[in-house]
Amino acid sequence: MDPHLTCAAERRFPGGTHVAVRFGIPAPGFSVTVLFGPSGSGKTTALRLLAGLERPDAGRIACGGTVWADAAKGLHLPPQARNLGFLSQAYDLFPHLSLAANLAYGLGDHSADARRTRVAELVALLGLEGLEDRHPAQLSGGQRQRVALGRALARRPALLLLDEPLSALDRPTQLRLRRELRDLLRRLDVPTVLVTHDRAEALQLGDRLVVLDGGRVCQEGEIQRVFDRPTDPAVARILGVETVVLGRVVEVSGGLATVAVGEARLQAPDPGSLGVRAYVCIRGEDVLVERGEPGPSTARNRLPARIAALQPEGPLVRLTLDAGFPLESLVTRQACADLGLAEGEAVTALLKASAIHLIPHD
Amino acid sequence: MDWEAIRLSLRLAALTTLALLALGLPLAHWLAFTRRRWKFLVEAVVGLPLVLPPTVLGFYLLVAMGSRSPLGQAWTALTGHPLAFSFEGLLAASILYSLPFTVQPFAAAFAAVDRGLVEASWCLGVSRARTFLRVVVPLSWAGILTGMVLSFAHTLGEFGVVLMVGGDLPGRTRTVSIAVFDQVQALDYAAAGRTALLLLGVSFTVLALVYGLRRAQRKPWTLI
Repeated sequence: MDPHLTCAAERRFPGGTHVAVRFGIPAPGFSVTVLFGPSGSGKTTALRLLAGLERPDAGRIACGGTVWADAAKGLHLPPQARNLGFLSQAYDLFPHLSLAANLAYGLGDHSADARRTRVAELVALLGLEGLEDRHPAQLSGGQRQRVALGRALARRPALLLLDEPLSALDRPTQLRLRRELRDLLRRLDVPTVLVTHDRAEALQLGDRLVVLDGGRVCQEGEIQRVFDRPTDPAVARILGVETVVLGRVVEVSGGLATVAVGEARLQAPDPGSLGVRAYVCIRGEDVLVERGEPGPSTARNRLPARIAALQPEGPLVRLTLDAGFPLESLVTRQACADLGLAEGEAVTALLKASAIHLIPHD
Repeated sequence: MDWEAIRLSLRLAALTTLALLALGLPLAHWLAFTRRRWKFLVEAVVGLPLVLPPTVLGFYLLVAMGSRSPLGQAWTALTGHPLAFSFEGLLAASILYSLPFTVQPFAAAFAAVDRGLVEASWCLGVSRARTFLRVVVPLSWAGILTGMVLSFAHTLGEFGVVLMVGGDLPGRTRTVSIAVFDQVQALDYAAAGRTALLLLGVSFTVLALVYGLRRAQRKPWTLI
């Protein structure tokens, strides 16, 4: 069976910016595909290409068995003909219409009765009872977000596009709505493409991840897999894996690879196809720190190190260690205090082999 | 007081405003949203009456409407009377002369409507034309009102073009602004003063009403 959505589209902007997006959604029904990347990486352009608000200079987009755009054939369906829901960052509710009229706006082809029924359904689904006659200016940020979502869903679209749907809200509301949003999308059973630059939001809302950088797709796949196994250092850096350093492969045997990084030797699982060099990716939360002589431990990697910098981050402290290469470690404030850690102190960094992820290079 | 001229002026201004509403909405919509490269040429043509001496505009219109021009001949064949020096000819001239006063406020108001709202409407399956009527026009009411009032007031006050194209035929093309001129020529300063005062009063009242209304309306959609 063909995938529900296939998108391979390019757009060139005057001034040299070039965005090429290539990804898909395998099946209809509930799933959230997150387009993730730093600002300027082409996420919003990708969404606008899907919506039909930008015309691709090359490539093809098809959804649910309908070709939406095919540059080679000069085909470009306007947004009106694509049966999609689009929610922009600013929500763009019509300020001159009431909440109910905003929800009913796209239902012009329904009978008056069907329209009323659908609006009542949406109001109940989104918990907006009693606010039907209010104008957008009289609603809170969270309510506006829900109205905009309801309006986008009113016509039961084949694809829902969300552009940073929570970024216009204050932090506590964001955290509350993240969970609600995923539950809601699951109940509505609609395939969704969501744009975000927030790692936690991507992890919490997404099933699949498409990593964009500099206008192109770097990696696409199931979300945990992409986070655990980034295919290149740019992806690792975008995803926020703390330590990404280049090392030399010294030995590979028994499924374990030994990599030299500066003076240090690190053991890690062999990802296969290792060449001469490899990127070493280590998450801060996987690096343990001990003082003095290390006791017996299962950790394969013990690195003498010096604390180069110490930076509190909420309940945690981020240690930048000098182990012949810069290594980041996240420890609790309490642990930091108990050990009496300070800048310039000599420590031992402990790392399980399985916490080190190697990305072949060359 | 030349009531006949006043009635004629009011009728001319009202018809000009209505015609410009029908003509100006689509033209301003095109100007506000098109990405064509030669848009600036259309803008320049629409803006011409702002800088062109009314006599120059009037002269070209007179030539275009004259009995030897194709337009004038076609009009005569169709209606049995010439276009120049008729009320219809005057109306056509007024429409052209007031075009920028209508189209520019319209276009400015349309361009100020958030592009995101227009795109949201498209993505909800609503056609471009219906989006214009349901989103752009209601959110631009202040600019539309301004454009209509300006075209009405401007038509009431036009002189040069009217004189060139319409002549000064009582009951057919003598407007109130020309009546003032005639009264001064006849050294009837009392009558000229009364007519001038009336025009001043009407113009001021209309403008004050519009600006007052715009100021009072904090929620523009409640007017619609």
